[in-house]
Amino acid sequence: MLAASDVRLDTNALDFAILGVYFVTVLGVGFVAKRYVKTSLDYFLSGRTLPAWITGLAFVSANLGATEILGMGANGAQYGVATVNYYWIGAVPAMVFLGLVMMPFYYGARVRSVPEYLLMRFDKRSHLFNSWTFALATVLIAGVNLFALALVLKLLLGWAIIVGILVAAVVVLAYITLGGLSSAIYNEVLQFFVILAALVPLTVVGLVDAGGWGGLQDHIRDSKLGEAGLHALQGTNPGDVTNPIGATWIGIVFGLGFILSFGYWTTNFAEVQRALSARDLSAGQRTPLIGAYPKLLIPAVVVIPGMIALWKIPGLGGGDENLAYNNAIPLLMNEYLPNGMLGIALTGLMASFMAGVAANVSAFNTVVTTDIIEPYIAKDRDDAFYIKVGRYVTVGGIVVAIGTALIASGYQNLMNYLQALFSIFNAPLFATFIIGMFWKRMSPAAGLWGLVAGTAAALVTYVGYKWLDWFTFGSDLDESFWGAGAAFVVDAIVTVAVTLFTKPKPVEELQGLVWGMANEEDASTVAVHDQWWESPKLLGFGAIAIGLVLTVVFW
Amino acid sequence: MSSEQDEQTTGAREAQAANLFDLRRIIGGLFVLYGVVLVIVGLGDSDAEIEKAAGVHINLWAGLGMLAMGLAFLAWGLLRPLGRQLQEEERKREERSGSGAS
Repeated sequence: MLAASDVRLDTNALDFAILGVYFVTVLGVGFVAKRYVKTSLDYFLSGRTLPAWITGLAFVSANLGATEILGMGANGAQYGVATVNYYWIGAVPAMVFLGLVMMPFYYGARVRSVPEYLLMRFDKRSHLFNSWTFALATVLIAGVNLFALALVLKLLLGWAIIVGILVAAVVVLAYITLGGLSSAIYNEVLQFFVILAALVPLTVVGLVDAGGWGGLQDHIRDSKLGEAGLHALQGTNPGDVTNPIGATWIGIVFGLGFILSFGYWTTNFAEVQRALSARDLSAGQRTPLIGAYPKLLIPAVVVIPGMIALWKIPGLGGGDENLAYNNAIPLLMNEYLPNGMLGIALTGLMASFMAGVAANVSAFNTVVTTDIIEPYIAKDRDDAFYIKVGRYVTVGGIVVAIGTALIASGYQNLMNYLQALFSIFNAPLFATFIIGMFWKRMSPAAGLWGLVAGTAAALVTYVGYKWLDWFTFGSDLDESFWGAGAAFVVDAIVTVAVTLFTKPKPVEELQGLVWGMANEEDASTVAVHDQWWESPKLLGFGAIAIGLVLTVVFW
Repeated sequence: MSSEQDEQTTGAREAQAANLFDLRRIIGGLFVLYGVVLVIVGLGDSDAEIEKAAGVHINLWAGLGMLAMGLAFLAWGLLRPLGRQLQEEERKREERSGSGAS
């Protein structure tokens, strides 16, 4: 077998040509689209007339990025079948909640983003606190994508990670500047299809090599995961956890399935924005629901390859940096795919990382410019000023992301790191948001202090586990479940306590911001669906039911 | 957001542009290109390359698959042009807001 330092992708000119064609297409289309159809593209995005299939596609693609591919592959190798919990318990119910409950709320609400909601529902202090934490979260996640890019560059060209990170940063900056928003949109959807075009053959070949699903199961029984690695929920009883995921079913269902996943899907503005571009409420509701169906099936092409990699790549997940869990899928691609297919796979990965970094940096730019600088630092300047500031902020964001990429490089499994970040940033936000939405009495002061307390709780849990040995958990994942739970509970308790001692906002000011006080004109956008199979409730509960059946099948 | 004021109806030029930059045509075109390239490469694959992929002639099969998907996307995009679909949506919307109570 190859010496560890020799781990390289066997690419040739054909593979690079395939990659080149992709980027020329995306940048070219974006560039031309920017000039010729300026009004039409803006119109698509803000005009609220898109059919559900477009918004559904954009919604699903925005979610399936390279960090998910690498991360879930890593999870498949590290935790086995239990990884499916991320999808069937940890995503589908939250997506259905977004479609059935949150979308009508967003349609009837005055606000278009979570920071804006905090400003209007509470006050400037919670808005500012959340803007800063959100900005920090986006650069941390951008760093993860940069690191993932550097990983692939290392496998491709043998460059040290730090070199790869720097080069990736420069390339991404060039891509964002050249292509702008239009390229980003095309790239986002295209990368989804290209990645699938790579993952499906990879999974098929891997299964053929392993001797089918039965053969793979035997191989896993012989691996360090053992029989326990073949089960989603078996072995997760509190006090007797034998499942490799290292968490109890309580942590999985409430920490992952409820707090982390609801927190992600209800407050993730990028996703919500795509659903809001749909032509009416029904299409907007259907967008995440349509997205839930591919989500049910994606485990087949990320978890299975992860498990195959555990069997096929000796030493995966051991101490060697080149064989970290993160590399499971790239290494498997190199193992099986001949030149040609390997080029497609490489293209999918690179396109995906680019999309990820671009999305995060653009979110960073928006938050810093619109939610921090404009309202609090440099008010009432003209648009040109803010656009110029935006450019500097973008560059600054990428520079900071280089630093955070180095932090990410310390993690063998990216997904564990990402979940920890979500437990710190998303979980408290979700608690404050959901309580604020349903409880009119909740005061603005509670909006701030609940957030602060929840964030602190998750941070303490994380730092106490990772560096100070204050807590022990079954696994990194288990820590993020408990951290999210702690954040939610602490946020809720502090919110209630502070509310009881402080003044609430007058009810009239809550128009369009709480449940039951929707703006009538906006809420009456005609919710028509033409076919019976377009009924949101049917789509939503259908997806949950299928998820439950699948979980039982893989128990 | 003043989306009501910003709304324009999809005129002929916008409809044409919508067609040109219709994602389905771009995906379709790209996949047809990749599919053809992979099929050609696949036909020329040596035994060693087929063995690498556990005996599966993957370049050929994936190439055919991508070609089929690309053609399907192109067909979908051509049969139900986006420009026309947008215009239809607008007409329906006008009919509803005209006849329904607001």
